[in-house]
Amino acid sequence: MSGHESSYTPNTGFEKWLDKRLPIIRFANDTAITFPTPKNLNYWYTFGGILAICLVVQILTGVILAMHYEPNVNGAFASVERIMRDVPFGWLLRYIHSNGASMFFFAVYIHMFRGLYYGSYKAPREVLWILGCVIFLLMIATAFLGYMLPWGQMSYHGANVITSLFGAIPLIGESLQTWILGGPSIGNQTLQRFFSLHYLLPFMIAAVVILHIWALHVPGNNNPTGVEVQDVEKDTVPFHPYYTIKDGFAIALYLMLFAAFVFYAPNALGHADQAIEANPLVTPAHIVPEWYMLPFYAILRAITFDLGPIPAKLLGVIFMFAAIAILFVLPWLDTSKVKSMRYRPVARQFFFGFVVVCLLLGWCGAKAPDAAVIPALQGDKVLVVSYTENGQEATSEYKGGGEAYLDAKRFMASLPEDANPSLAAVAAPTFQFAQLSLILTICYFGYFFMLFFIGLTEKPKELPESIHKSVLKRHKASTATAVPAE
Amino acid sequence: MKAFRILAAGLAGLSLAAMAHAEGGAAAHPHEPEGGWPFDGITGQFDMPSLQRGYQVYREVCSSCHSMKLLSYRNLGEAGGPFYDSDYPNPNDNPFVKALAADVEIQSPTPNEVGDYDFRPAMPADTFRDPYANVNAARAANNGAAPPDLSVIVKARHGGASYVYSLLSGYPHEDAISTREVTPAAVTTPASDNGTPDDPSDDVAEVSTPAEMQTIIDMSKVHVAGHEAAEGEHGDAGLLIQPAGQYYNPYMAGDTTPQYIGDPRQSPPGGFLAMGPQLTPGRVTYADGTEATTEQMAHDVAQFLAWASEPKQITRKSLGLPVMIYLGILSVLLWFSYKRIWRKVEH
Repeated sequence: MSGHESSYTPNTGFEKWLDKRLPIIRFANDTAITFPTPKNLNYWYTFGGILAICLVVQILTGVILAMHYEPNVNGAFASVERIMRDVPFGWLLRYIHSNGASMFFFAVYIHMFRGLYYGSYKAPREVLWILGCVIFLLMIATAFLGYMLPWGQMSYHGANVITSLFGAIPLIGESLQTWILGGPSIGNQTLQRFFSLHYLLPFMIAAVVILHIWALHVPGNNNPTGVEVQDVEKDTVPFHPYYTIKDGFAIALYLMLFAAFVFYAPNALGHADQAIEANPLVTPAHIVPEWYMLPFYAILRAITFDLGPIPAKLLGVIFMFAAIAILFVLPWLDTSKVKSMRYRPVARQFFFGFVVVCLLLGWCGAKAPDAAVIPALQGDKVLVVSYTENGQEATSEYKGGGEAYLDAKRFMASLPEDANPSLAAVAAPTFQFAQLSLILTICYFGYFFMLFFIGLTEKPKELPESIHKSVLKRHKASTATAVPAE
Repeated sequence: MKAFRILAAGLAGLSLAAMAHAEGGAAAHPHEPEGGWPFDGITGQFDMPSLQRGYQVYREVCSSCHSMKLLSYRNLGEAGGPFYDSDYPNPNDNPFVKALAADVEIQSPTPNEVGDYDFRPAMPADTFRDPYANVNAARAANNGAAPPDLSVIVKARHGGASYVYSLLSGYPHEDAISTREVTPAAVTTPASDNGTPDDPSDDVAEVSTPAEMQTIIDMSKVHVAGHEAAEGEHGDAGLLIQPAGQYYNPYMAGDTTPQYIGDPRQSPPGGFLAMGPQLTPGRVTYADGTEATTEQMAHDVAQFLAWASEPKQITRKSLGLPVMIYLGILSVLLWFSYKRIWRKVEH
């Protein structure tokens, strides 16, 4: 599975016997022990290991939770609470699992941004990158399916919003939606199939993770300089013990963050409505997905206009899926031969702008579309008197403090009796989240198109000759200026 | 210390995400009782006497309309519960819990030998008595609004226990509430009207229309923390009309604008709910002699509901500390191992 020459020598008789039949020890040795890894990997590269831990934690806790969970609309909510109350350490399992999803996504986003920054999607790692995108897609699906299972208000109505997106697809949409739900609306059959698939997908993720690691070990790791390994002796160290210990340290720190949420703020990332049992007849005031879906939710809602024959809803769906689909073709959108943004002064600035755009999109996704982005800049509400005059609808506006109200009242009193006046306070026009979302959506896609043109025109900085040389240079620079912390 | 920078960035990002979710409606922001909640913070503990009083408030006031389907009487005597006794590790043996359960008559969930469902005193293993046979009965008995189940109410509301406390103690004071008589026909009087709607001799139609009693709240007398009181100086500004069978509460989610006589830009925070003020002073008589003020009862029952919503939260927090210490020591050891292993490699 790994691209380097095997250095494994079977010692005992049993190992020799097994090596001729199933070289599994050789495989493990070459993959996780002797695999040559660039020696300049920084902490951003530890998130691969962190993600592996996240997947294992989710599967282990999930399997045990499934032993106690009841996939039935009448019992699901109560069974989750029974896990919290009566199953020994059930609260711990459930909080690890629910916060684990957040931890998984937080790590995967850092992992993806790291790949974007250091150009890890470029030749010869395109397949590695695409497999990563497949994992991300499967993660989104798994998280969405799993969010349904506690059968809370946000489970039900969130699932309603997302499955209705499929209904927006022309011709086949409605049939597709019915097929996914297993009926005309969300019901017991939907919950049961979501549970079944939620149990299945993590194992598909695990399978693609194996392919992902395979695809990593053929060309080997990228590294912060983006310069490929030239001399295995000088440029690399064996994976064990050098990176097992470094990843181990990062994993321990990440577990502390994880534990802080599980033990001290287990519901901080959730929504209060999830503690209300699903009720199809009562729709929550604001339907919001979990935080990790918010940027995509913002893109979905950013499109409020029809484009020719394409209705706004379908257009929103197209853009939302395109936001993920564009990642798949990124290796061919970026035209620069230089991998690492360290040596790309122009693209680097755009990259940081892109990170900010993604964070702001998340902010937009959490807010009501018609809310003011900066409430302080929004003017005072205006009093509007609506009335009928000679059979025509008419309005009259009043601005200002208490005086305006008295003026409006006086005006209403002066109207003839059949005018039927009514008074309302109307918010002043302002810059709304819907508008900000649209701008940010354009920026999101703009980044990928800019990469195409920047790659053609940008003059990169001088690349180091090799990983080894870049390390030496930096090491000299740091000893010259300061005493190392060691 | 790049790792710490990454960790700090992570924490910042996640707290941002958490803040993004904390978006509230137009209702007043719930506040804690004076002195805060004893169960807050990483070393917080429930105040047991308060939990016990809280159960009394639930039992004597709330339970006549609100179910708590996820709770059993045995939960009251489990470790961390209000009536836990270390002499009885199995709460089903705890005589006090048995007595509390037996105090309530339930319909047996299992049939007797001839197939009937008897009424009998509850046992610790039984779930809390549901005041209504089903949700339709609950709705019919409460003006169309079924009282919500209180098992996880503190988790199910933004603001948690503070919301419950603020709502229960936040109804406007009696002084602000008055009633007035309005004649609906006065607005659409026929042309023969002489302008005195209250004069029965004026119009036959008006006489036959019964006058309605309207409950009005003078908002200039209602003070909500964090909100300036509505101005009462501009004519009839600052009056809130309560719909029949509904009660105004500044902490309830909703919109008061349609019911507000006054500047709609200044409509009071909050909304209307079908539950009226319940915790009138002296509504319960506490066994331990604590004075049963509205605030005291709201405080006790909110704390009880906070416990009921997550009975294992104290265990959870107390397990957190050893886990953090363990991971902290592990991290330090891994850090030094890392430094030692890499000491000869320039990187």
